[in-house]
Amino acid sequence: MNGIHDMGGMHGLGPIQPEPSEPVFHEHWEARVFALQRAMGAWRRWNIDASRYQRELIPAPEYLRMSYYEKWLAGLEQLLVTRGLVSSTELASGRAALGATKSSPPLTADKVPLLVAQGSPSDRPVQTRPRYEVGQQVRARNINPLGHTRLPRYARAKQGVIDRIHGAFVFPDTNALFQGENPQHLYSVRFTARELWGEITTQDAVYIDLWESYLE
Amino acid sequence: MTEHDDDHRHQAAPSDLALRVAALESLLVEKGLVDPAALDALVDTYEHKIGPRNGAKVVARAWIDPAYKTRLLLNATQAIAELGFGGMQGEHMVAVENTPTVHNLVVCTLCSCYPYTVLGLPPVWYKSAPYRSRAVIDPRGVLREFGLELPAQTEIRVWDSTAEIRYLVIPQRPPGTEHLSEEQLAGLVTRDAMIGVAFVQAPSSPKGT
Repeated sequence: MNGIHDMGGMHGLGPIQPEPSEPVFHEHWEARVFALQRAMGAWRRWNIDASRYQRELIPAPEYLRMSYYEKWLAGLEQLLVTRGLVSSTELASGRAALGATKSSPPLTADKVPLLVAQGSPSDRPVQTRPRYEVGQQVRARNINPLGHTRLPRYARAKQGVIDRIHGAFVFPDTNALFQGENPQHLYSVRFTARELWGEITTQDAVYIDLWESYLE
Repeated sequence: MTEHDDDHRHQAAPSDLALRVAALESLLVEKGLVDPAALDALVDTYEHKIGPRNGAKVVARAWIDPAYKTRLLLNATQAIAELGFGGMQGEHMVAVENTPTVHNLVVCTLCSCYPYTVLGLPPVWYKSAPYRSRAVIDPRGVLREFGLELPAQTEIRVWDSTAEIRYLVIPQRPPGTEHLSEEQLAGLVTRDAMIGVAFVQAPSSPKGT
């Protein structure tokens, strides 16, 4: 979707404000939201692409107002309800429904080191060979899907050159909608700053990771 | 400055959010959906165990060991695993090297993807709209805001982390550090240098700071 999250190339969003000696979390609740998101992910009722898409669905004015972990919280609450782990009544009251069965969490403290150390790789074996080779000129397609995509607006219809082939990876556009992983070859594509932004005199370039079906 | 900082980090009253999160956690614990001890362990991991010191060790090794640097540039995930780092949000790593003619800068314009395994969790500015929007269209302006002025002939490469590949910048080794040990070198490498918004500085005094 052409949402506010797709920010590359925008102006007017203010100065960058680094904070010296910034803590990992500014508030206790931020740390809890971070951990809740990871722990609930272990239920495998959704995937990383669905989580991202859920945050993209936050209305633009809210998205800009919210802090990072506030967006995580909003996305998590929505997913808990839509994926059937919590009812909206339970979410509103903060109490489990009467007679609700008690589950057993898949992620216990002893499993955290393994979860962190293994992560969840998103490369997948595929039978096909990559359609493009390194050095080949490609164009990012001009698509404007209403759903989730990782082809940023600023690259659409722009020409680039395949810089490297990463292997085949889960395709976010379908995975986010629970329509399957449909792995595709993933490429790093080099776009010159001049191609992307016009009147540029430097040799600068932007490298974007793009799935095969984003290219033509 | 402080006022604006408050503004962009805590737009809603913190107490409201704290209450909302506490209520959610208590509901999920009551339903047996999360183990509070697992939450504590996750928080402890990223507050105390995983952070930019990991990445600094990778960079220092690359500076002193050319064979390691070659492996790092060829297959960063494997080379980083040699030093014991890997896993969540670092499953697929690529290392890019700064040279006198090329400067690399990492961003995620679509969300805030960041290599947890080598840098820990991202700072607020990296996740903020100003950085995400401008890093790709005006990297030189962004770098200037961080105090870096790059010559026009230096090629700036911006890496937009749109997939599950995570990028680590290998900064240039500062001159005058030939006598330093690997550990001392690692002590010079900052998080910002490994994102690409800072240079690594040689220690100004023999002891450094």
